[in-house]
Amino acid sequence: MQRLIKKLYYGDIPDAGGGTAPSNDQQPTTDWPLWEVFIRSKQGLDHKHVGSLHASDAQMAIENARDVYTRRQEGVSIWVVESKRLTASNPAEAGELFEPAADKVYRHPTFYNLPDQVNYI
Amino acid sequence: MQQALLDYTLYLSDNSLILGQRNAAWCGHGPVLEQDIAITNITLDLIGQSRILYQYAAQLKGGDATEDSLAFLRSEREYKNCLLVERPNGDWAQTILRQFLFSCFQRELYTQLTKEKDSTLAAIATKALREVSYHYRWSREWVLRLGDGTAESHTRLASALENLWPYTGELFKGADYELALGLDPAMLYTNWLSAVQSTLKEATLSLASFASCFMQTGGKTGIHTEELGFILTDLQYMQRTYPGCDW
Amino acid sequence: MDSHNLEEQFQHKIDQEIKIEPKDWMPDAYRKTNIRQISQHAHSEVVGMLPEGNWVSRAPSLKRKVILIAKIQDEGGHGLYLYAAAETLGQSREQMINDLHSGKAKYSSIFNYPALTWADMGAIGWLVDGAAIMNQVMLTRTSYGPYARAMVRICKEESFHQRQGFESLLVLSKGSEGQRVLCQDAINRWWWPALMMFGPRDHESTNSDMSMKWRIKRKTNDELRQQFVDMIAEQIKVLGMTLPDPALRWNAIRNHYDFGEINWNEFWQVVKGNGPCNKERLEARKKAWGQGAWVREAAQAYANKKNTRTKAA
Ligand SMILES: [Fe+2]
Ligand SMILES: [Fe+2]
Repeated sequence: MQRLIKKLYYGDIPDAGGGTAPSNDQQPTTDWPLWEVFIRSKQGLDHKHVGSLHASDAQMAIENARDVYTRRQEGVSIWVVESKRLTASNPAEAGELFEPAADKVYRHPTFYNLPDQVNYI
Repeated sequence: MQQALLDYTLYLSDNSLILGQRNAAWCGHGPVLEQDIAITNITLDLIGQSRILYQYAAQLKGGDATEDSLAFLRSEREYKNCLLVERPNGDWAQTILRQFLFSCFQRELYTQLTKEKDSTLAAIATKALREVSYHYRWSREWVLRLGDGTAESHTRLASALENLWPYTGELFKGADYELALGLDPAMLYTNWLSAVQSTLKEATLSLASFASCFMQTGGKTGIHTEELGFILTDLQYMQRTYPGCDW
Repeated sequence: MDSHNLEEQFQHKIDQEIKIEPKDWMPDAYRKTNIRQISQHAHSEVVGMLPEGNWVSRAPSLKRKVILIAKIQDEGGHGLYLYAAAETLGQSREQMINDLHSGKAKYSSIFNYPALTWADMGAIGWLVDGAAIMNQVMLTRTSYGPYARAMVRICKEESFHQRQGFESLLVLSKGSEGQRVLCQDAINRWWWPALMMFGPRDHESTNSDMSMKWRIKRKTNDELRQQFVDMIAEQIKVLGMTLPDPALRWNAIRNHYDFGEINWNEFWQVVKGNGPCNKERLEARKKAWGQGAWVREAAQAYANKKNTRTKAA
């Protein structure tokens, strides 16, 4: 299950036909590492993924994120993580991962009918 | 006294404008997109500072002076910016070092100004200090990267230091208008030097060979290098070609 | 699952308006088409910084100077978002940039026209960004998720670009005789190139069919172009200027403006590299990238050293 995303192979599912990565992506690149950027838009909200950028180190990634993604006061806090350190679920396993939750309606408050007198529960 | 305050305000705004105008030339030509955007943010901060300061200067001057008449319609000898900010961009090393030396100075200067009795200047300094602190941090990190990066970047930074150092002395030599206001910049020198020294040391560069460096002066009293004329030719082109228009 | 089945499922998703995400299976041609389109879109943003960049040092007021700088900087950001979107498909930014520099990848031809006067800043914002926005609004609904999301962010930022351009022309149109001349002249020069931005006529467009089927594109070139003409033909009345097309008139039957024939020979010549500034633009990009090489290396070397030091400590 644990699978490191390498951005260069992102989207490539090697065990099926088609969908091969472009041939030239095998070449080594001198690009600075890629970072994923998460921003808290205001105090009290969760950090949300906003995009990515290149930076030579974490410090620079934070500063680049500030310059690139918060020019219009979009944020009060920034997280960056190197893209290659992100683990993502595999879309091919989406069925077994997420469908079992679909029939558990009893987890949702609207499943329960209460008399009108009992407000605000 | 009013004249000194006006001159001093113009000195501050000219510094920001001319450095902003210089940095702006990187927009679209930076070494990598992320840094193109980064230095342009600094450019916008600097020109923003100059606007508030010119607006204040226009108020001090009275009459029909505006931020634009002050920024665009004075002659070479009337600009008071220090020589350092009009130095050419050169390569990324020279631009970075110029920014670092100046931001480090501006940080000391604005810190002092936040306590200034002229409340407008104090308010402007308080706002600008936040921007300048970031410029200082950003340029300092780049000085470290270049100094302690590759052999080539080290050499380039060293030669930038040689080019720029002679223009640092002027920052701490009080002009009449500074002294009249009791704002002798010599007071800022010790802090500035120790920040510069420790950064350069970390960047594996030394100031040893500059101990008796002859310092260029004049910008603050309107005696500039030949560079300024060219800067103003661009800067003033539209205002001179189409006088008296709104834009 | 065989690839035929995967392809069917893929097309089913597209038809259901379900976005395709980076790790999802996709046909090779879909990936390639997206890489090509997104990277060329990114290149256009970055090359597009150059003509306006020429006027930063000469902007006529401090207010216009900061507006122009912020606008150009936004375009750099757009390039960055788009490169990042293309990177999710397996192409490195460096590779894309190399393709631009070698001439293999194209960028929008509009940026091969020169920005000759200050009024061009207004005309570019109004007409060029205006034309780009039509395309980009459509692309917020494109089928590839990262591309669509980049476009949403870009469209939010773009809204100020066209407005500042129009407003800047509006000031000229109300200004001195000299300013009005500048204004009309810039409109005259940018109008036809702006119409060309929508690309060849539908029946001559090679990439359109598949792009429509895969919902990478959602409107044809001619549809978008017509929409643009209809919009600008109304807005120009506010400026009190004219568009340089004697054939332009309202057609009550079609409910659209009719307009004259584009000079397609010019269009293809500029695409092929014979526009007024093709060489300058590419040279400027190559120069910036080439002269930045030692800077990028230095930062990487420094980061590596720092890493080793922390590990050793
Ligand atoms: Fe854009
Ligand atoms: Fe734009």
